[in-house]
Amino acid sequence: MCLGVPGKVLSIEPNAVGVTMGKVSFGGVTKEICLAYTPEAQIGDYVIVHAGFALNRLDEAEALEVFELLKEMGEREAWQGEASA
Amino acid sequence: MRFVDEYRNEADARKFLTAIERLAVREWTIMEICGGQTHTLIKSGIDRLLPQQLTLVHGPGCPVCVTPLELIDRALAIARRPEVIFTSFGDMLRVPGSARQTFEVSKTSKVSHGARDLLGVKAQGDDVRMVYSPLDAVKLAQKHPDRQVVFFAVGFETTAPGNAMAVWQAKQLGLANFSILCSHVLVPPAMEAILGSADNQVQGFLAAGHVCTVMGYWEYEPIAERHRVPIVVTGFEPLDLLHGIYLALAALEEGRWGVENQYSRSVTREGNRAAQKLIGEVFEVCDRQWRGIGLIPASGYRLRPAYAGFDAELRFGVTDMTAQESSLCIAGQILQGLKKPHQCSAFGVLCRPEQPLGAPMVSSEGACAAYYSYGRMGNVKRGA
Repeated sequence: MCLGVPGKVLSIEPNAVGVTMGKVSFGGVTKEICLAYTPEAQIGDYVIVHAGFALNRLDEAEALEVFELLKEMGEREAWQGEASA
Repeated sequence: MRFVDEYRNEADARKFLTAIERLAVREWTIMEICGGQTHTLIKSGIDRLLPQQLTLVHGPGCPVCVTPLELIDRALAIARRPEVIFTSFGDMLRVPGSARQTFEVSKTSKVSHGARDLLGVKAQGDDVRMVYSPLDAVKLAQKHPDRQVVFFAVGFETTAPGNAMAVWQAKQLGLANFSILCSHVLVPPAMEAILGSADNQVQGFLAAGHVCTVMGYWEYEPIAERHRVPIVVTGFEPLDLLHGIYLALAALEEGRWGVENQYSRSVTREGNRAAQKLIGEVFEVCDRQWRGIGLIPASGYRLRPAYAGFDAELRFGVTDMTAQESSLCIAGQILQGLKKPHQCSAFGVLCRPEQPLGAPMVSSEGACAAYYSYGRMGNVKRGA
């Protein structure tokens, strides 16, 4: 149930009671999403969405961390391979 | 899709598997908390690719699984009322109430004549609707002022900001015809309960990434310290899970404990403050019954007195309904990581997704349903 799907913010506007809403695209499918909990999100940002609510803005730099770790592991392996050769 | 596809890359997954293989020396048991993580692990086959020393057990993070049976009965009783439009996320609609298990209906219950779940109630002509968001239920209440709209508000911390916002908005809009049937549960007290159990086998945790997106992970630091376990906040894609397992395993082999954050693209230590603020405005912490596990102190949310007017249990007078669990179902042991689904005598025989005995076989996130759907049958013949 705690499913969260990343989507791209297309528009931002308040609703009738002043709550920030917006259109968010999920790989082309657009839905109206509550953006009240992500006041920092700008148009073009990616947010993680659960049951109609954006729970956070996705951090692009942090998102690359795992790939840096993989690269490091690959380099270490290559080095160890050379050392043992 | 961005932030999804790159975390499903097979070549990168193999790199992690090689690294995990190298790291694993001793035998370890790691629990992933969230049912969504269980589903990814089983669907992608990670459970079968890990070294034998490593056992993954599946945690209680499936709201459908831990919602008490009597709450399902209360939902069914409310949904049968002619003035009610009963709204829910899809996965609660197929959870059977107690009527089919005991073949007896309690005097206070209005559930009868074979309506064993919310879909059954709908099939009999009552107004049950699946919604995507709790705000859809608020919209329905605005659209139908002559009807009572009830939302089945179950879930962990991830779902709480949405449910809090729905109740808060209903109050702002002065909606007298909106209420929620609330059964919110919290992860950290459940982890404490598992670690504090005399039978505990869990040595490390993959914490639930979206729960921590909302709440942060500072609450987990004292748990890791007290029980000397590594807790890795982990995401939901195959690479996230492999990375989380890698970090937990490295900590275990090196004798370290503490909290690490694998899912840093979404999670910060303090979490989402704006969401926590509205949760605190609408809800307060209470003791909760967990299906199959029992009462865990301070492990859930209920509406604050200022919002009691939105409590469906009070509005429809169903608080005295109780229910008896099936004696065959061992969901409690499965949810605590003490047993695997195929070790249950009913698994795949008396209990199947199309005819579930217990909730973990109903929800697509339930460990039993995942094991059944992806062929982790042990010695059980499917549909025997």
